[in-house]
Amino acid sequence: MPAGEAQRIVIVGGGQAAAQALQSLRQGGYTGALTLVGDEAALPYQRPPLSKGYMKGEVDEERLYFKPSVWYEDQNIEMLLGTHVPKIDRANRQVLLGHGDHLPYDYLILATGSRPRPLPVRGADLGGVHDLRTLADVERLSPKMVAGRRIVIIGAGYIGLEAAAVARQMGLEVTVVEMAPRVLARVTSPVLSEFYAAEHARQGVKILTGVQLSHLDGVDGEVSAAVLAHGTRLPADLVLSGIGILPNEELAKEAGIACSNGILVDRDARTSDPHVFAAGDCASRPLVHFGRSGRLESVHNAIEQGKLAAAAILGLPRPAEDCPWFWSDQYDLKLQIAGLSQGYDTHVIRGDPASRKFAVFYLRNGTMIAVDAVNSPPEFLASKKLIMSGAKLAPAALIDTSTPMKDIAAQAAA
Amino acid sequence: MAKITFISHDGTERTLEAKNGMSVMEVAVNNSVPGIDADCGGACACATCHVYVDPAFLAQAGEQQEMEKSMLDFAENVKPNSRLSCQIKVTDALDGLRVTTPESQH
Repeated sequence: MPAGEAQRIVIVGGGQAAAQALQSLRQGGYTGALTLVGDEAALPYQRPPLSKGYMKGEVDEERLYFKPSVWYEDQNIEMLLGTHVPKIDRANRQVLLGHGDHLPYDYLILATGSRPRPLPVRGADLGGVHDLRTLADVERLSPKMVAGRRIVIIGAGYIGLEAAAVARQMGLEVTVVEMAPRVLARVTSPVLSEFYAAEHARQGVKILTGVQLSHLDGVDGEVSAAVLAHGTRLPADLVLSGIGILPNEELAKEAGIACSNGILVDRDARTSDPHVFAAGDCASRPLVHFGRSGRLESVHNAIEQGKLAAAAILGLPRPAEDCPWFWSDQYDLKLQIAGLSQGYDTHVIRGDPASRKFAVFYLRNGTMIAVDAVNSPPEFLASKKLIMSGAKLAPAALIDTSTPMKDIAAQAAA
Repeated sequence: MAKITFISHDGTERTLEAKNGMSVMEVAVNNSVPGIDADCGGACACATCHVYVDPAFLAQAGEQQEMEKSMLDFAENVKPNSRLSCQIKVTDALDGLRVTTPESQH
């Protein structure tokens, strides 16, 4: 079937990529049958606030929804929520539903997302041990976030540190346990790691790096302590695990679709089956500005791939592929990240970290590949353009704070 | 409650009832007003919910924080009445507000 002639489109998954694909398909003029099958009970919602404002109780659940329920009716979208998809039958172009029905498709979009990497230690199944990924996770965790209680957070990535900031602000005693020698080790440079470790320490969070979790101890089925490999016992009323996520690729893999740490897709978000697309956390995509492929765990990526899949299915021109970007809110610090810093050969700091307002630029062969901007939107926004341009940049010029970022970006473009 | 009128770059108008406490961006997105992307969902992280506020309502729309100001500085076609709509909270004082959405957020 040529692109643009689809009559039945099915989306599996109900997160950001799925919500974007629905919108882009209808905006793109698609009027055929459109069905979303998602295993969560809630309408598609934003995940970032789960480890930020929503965890603190500052945001109502309804405000997390991308669209109110009436929108799905207006757009004539069939929402099969709380519904599991055990299998894709590619030969007959249909998905099987948990209750035995079949749902035929002309095009299928897999937006199955990711799941928390399980804690590989004894005691991980005790009560009081939590993940932080879904609304249901927060509903279980939030009532236990009571001032004075002791929470041990396993993993000092963005989720772990955002949760640490929220827990601290709610008056809990917070300890973060990290296997790597520094916080945020997988995602950023030592400069940022040091800055965030110092900030959390200043806020009263105890951070233990370079330590291995041995197991969790419990009393009457409830967690009571996290025990480290060298024997230290950290008493805990609550444990939160944030040690990364795994792509939900099994559905695709079992259907014979090519996967390798994610469902492999091309620039149009198309998998090895031309009738099946994949978008968001579950997909491994070409990173066109970086000359390689990989998975991105971000809002921007989910939105962009949702748009790419919809456009390809409808036979519309490919939407622009933007520089990857991310953000993290901790205390009063807004971190905005553009690009991917892996493989940098030079980094320079603009501004003074002590002022809580600075940016770290990462360069490779004289061009910028990433920025970490703390409370510095101009550095973030200008860098997005600089990274995409591939312009050769002089590190000394980048850190000259007497020249506004806007001018630096304009000069590089000239 | 406030009635807010959104005007698209092509002149199409839509008037919507807005609940106090929501952001102008949320009102627009929930009602599929074209021209507002709001990729970050209101975290003031992306600058894709840029609008032009009726100058008569600039004071009622509230003070701009430093973060918003510096984000707007990089938006396309910025005017003195430019705002990020995720940073404008709906109040009774905004009843009758008219905001215009740009042709593109990028």
